[in-house]
Amino acid sequence: MIELRNVSKEFVLHNQDSAVIPVMQGAELQVHPGECVALTGNSGAGKSTLMRMVYGNYLADDGAIVVDGVDLVQAEPRAILSLRRQSLGYVSQFLRVVPRVPTLEVVAEPLLRLRVERDAAIARAEELLMLLNLPQRLWSLSPITFSGGEQQRVNIARGFAHSYPALLLDEPTASLDPLNRAVVLSLIEAAKARGAAILGIFHDAEARAQVCDRSIDVSQFTPRAA
Amino acid sequence: MKDMAPDTGVLLSVRGLSKFYGPRIGCKDVSFDLYPGEVMGIVGESGSGKSTLLNCLAGHLPTDHGEVLFSGRDGGLRDTLQMSEPERRMLGRTDWAFVHQHARDGLRMNVSAGGNVGERQMAVGARHYGAIRDSAIDWLGRVEIAEDRIDDRPTAFSGGMQQRLQIARNLITGPRLVFMDEPTGGLDVSVQARLLDLLRGLVREMGLSAVIVTHDLAVVRLLADRLMVMKDGHVVETGLTDQVLDDPQHGYTQLLVSSVLQV
Amino acid sequence: MNSYNFAYLDEQTKRMIRRAILKGLAVPGYQVPFASREMPMPYGWGTGGVQVSAAIMTPADRFKVIDQGSDDTTNAVSIRRFFERTAGVEVTETTTEATVIQTRHRIPEMPLTSGQILVYQVPIPEPLRFLEPSEVETRKMHSLEEYGLMHVKLYEDISQHGAIATAYAYPVKVEGRYVMDPSPIPKFDNPKLESPAIQLFGAGREQRIYALPPHTRVVSLDFEDFPFEANKADAACELCAADTSYLDEVIMDDAGHRMFVCSDTDFCASRRAAGHAGIQEAAI
Repeated sequence: MIELRNVSKEFVLHNQDSAVIPVMQGAELQVHPGECVALTGNSGAGKSTLMRMVYGNYLADDGAIVVDGVDLVQAEPRAILSLRRQSLGYVSQFLRVVPRVPTLEVVAEPLLRLRVERDAAIARAEELLMLLNLPQRLWSLSPITFSGGEQQRVNIARGFAHSYPALLLDEPTASLDPLNRAVVLSLIEAAKARGAAILGIFHDAEARAQVCDRSIDVSQFTPRAA
Repeated sequence: MKDMAPDTGVLLSVRGLSKFYGPRIGCKDVSFDLYPGEVMGIVGESGSGKSTLLNCLAGHLPTDHGEVLFSGRDGGLRDTLQMSEPERRMLGRTDWAFVHQHARDGLRMNVSAGGNVGERQMAVGARHYGAIRDSAIDWLGRVEIAEDRIDDRPTAFSGGMQQRLQIARNLITGPRLVFMDEPTGGLDVSVQARLLDLLRGLVREMGLSAVIVTHDLAVVRLLADRLMVMKDGHVVETGLTDQVLDDPQHGYTQLLVSSVLQV
Repeated sequence: MNSYNFAYLDEQTKRMIRRAILKGLAVPGYQVPFASREMPMPYGWGTGGVQVSAAIMTPADRFKVIDQGSDDTTNAVSIRRFFERTAGVEVTETTTEATVIQTRHRIPEMPLTSGQILVYQVPIPEPLRFLEPSEVETRKMHSLEEYGLMHVKLYEDISQHGAIATAYAYPVKVEGRYVMDPSPIPKFDNPKLESPAIQLFGAGREQRIYALPPHTRVVSLDFEDFPFEANKADAACELCAADTSYLDEVIMDDAGHRMFVCSDTDFCASRRAAGHAGIQEAAI
């Protein structure tokens, strides 16, 4: 479902004497449906960079990144947009939303974009927010002013609203209390059970051990200093 | 669940568009495709040619070279630059809409809010007062203007309300493509947020395509699927909005992105 | 008399105006620009109408002038005398006898017939003017038939007054093409714009001539649910008892007494001559 072949990337900083910073070389990995794979490696090894490339947020310079049959390295923007709408979910560490939009709408939006009936989309959003123990009085407020943990839960609910066949998780259990951490892990288990291919970054070793089938150390893709 | 975009054809296809002001370049050799439901942002600083490009696309400025192919309701692509003026003006009040930065450029300030919203309908032949008024009320509601303001003139409205009125006036005939020139420019930040939310909702519900010119990177991040960066009349970079902003490739884009104040 | 050319204007000017008139007749409702001349009367006193009358007048014509329906106001009298002196034509106050009738703000009550010409004095020929100040833009709107704005004006009327409040200079569409200002006639007269007579419109200050050939289709703009109505005061003339003619309301004294009388003086006089009497006339 997710496959990387010989992916490399470097950053060129044009405004800093065109400094070239190679960050990834020969990255290879595969995630099959129903499998959860953890990216590991020290801070700065390129876990987030790799994850962002899989989402199309960062450009890869070389190689192929194929998700659900679409090669993100070659694809037109609209093919990537369509992939993101239908097949590729992403739970990032940061919540980026239009101010003023109520939490319920934020969570339901991925479904609304897929033209799911409004009532059904809202019902699904309510179900997830309930599951994640977000107090109902917050649902009609914009999540912008929420605490870190609350924002994180809104982000997770949004990421799990639609049953994406491929899912990227960036520290999904960070800043969560044990109760909600358990909920998120059960959501991941459920996604695996329905056949989703999941690629994640988990600093939480226990959580990683619980849901991940295997790990890939990204430092093996870190270019050696030239 | 079926996705809208992939199985429908291109809505707007721009090929090698150039515009010169004497020896100076307005915009040069711009090409892109826009598909139904897509929102494209054009960013760049003042004088980068982004407004020139928008006005050329919308037919407000004569173009020197290139084609602006639009897919009509009959499905065929036609070069709007080769259309006769009546055809182009007809397009401008049916399938196309233009939202100006300054609401007073896009509104009739001496006509009531209802008259402003109803004008495009009357222009395409609506002749039932009650029906025109009902849909004006409906549209005022959709842009969050109270029904009891329908007979007030826009001069009595705040800047944000004027802008929302302008949007209602433009969208009432169900256009398929909207050009927007700095739609949130000059508004308070809180008002901007409300407008952004409104625009996003309308784009999603109506399946609108839009080309939005702005210098505000936060606005395009929230509104645009795709981004085009312009400098000195040239397109220096295009791509997915979040990709261009998070992993800019061109030196100018890197400078632009790194110049934004963090809040 | 010998010091003037026939009907005051020189022959070259008349030819120029006739060309504009012919063009106007060929494109009904279209405003034809023309080189309006200085006339020995101020703008606003009917210089456009006078130039059109002068250009079409022949020595055999019988000329009538009405101002707000009346043959005996200063404006009507002076224009009638002007042509008596400069053209030496016969003048009349009787609608049916006249071959050329110059008018300000009314169409005579007696139906006009084939062979008659009605010449209107027009202050502002552009019906879109109050909505769109740019002449360049209004000309473009006419050429592209973009008349949505005209209905915006009527919409505004209804939204503010509950009905179309425009009572005079009520816009019409000519032969399904041009939107035209019929000059400030009351909308009561609009149905009479469809006529066997030739109708010519002259705007001296604005330098425009437009025309309606006989039997041109002239439709007053309206909404389906607010149809056009040619209304008048709901009363009968107190002199001749006519209840189908357009009435003026005249204040009689400082106590505020008022009476309704026909605006068309010739129509009223001929009815009284035929024996009709209103309540005032009966009282006298």
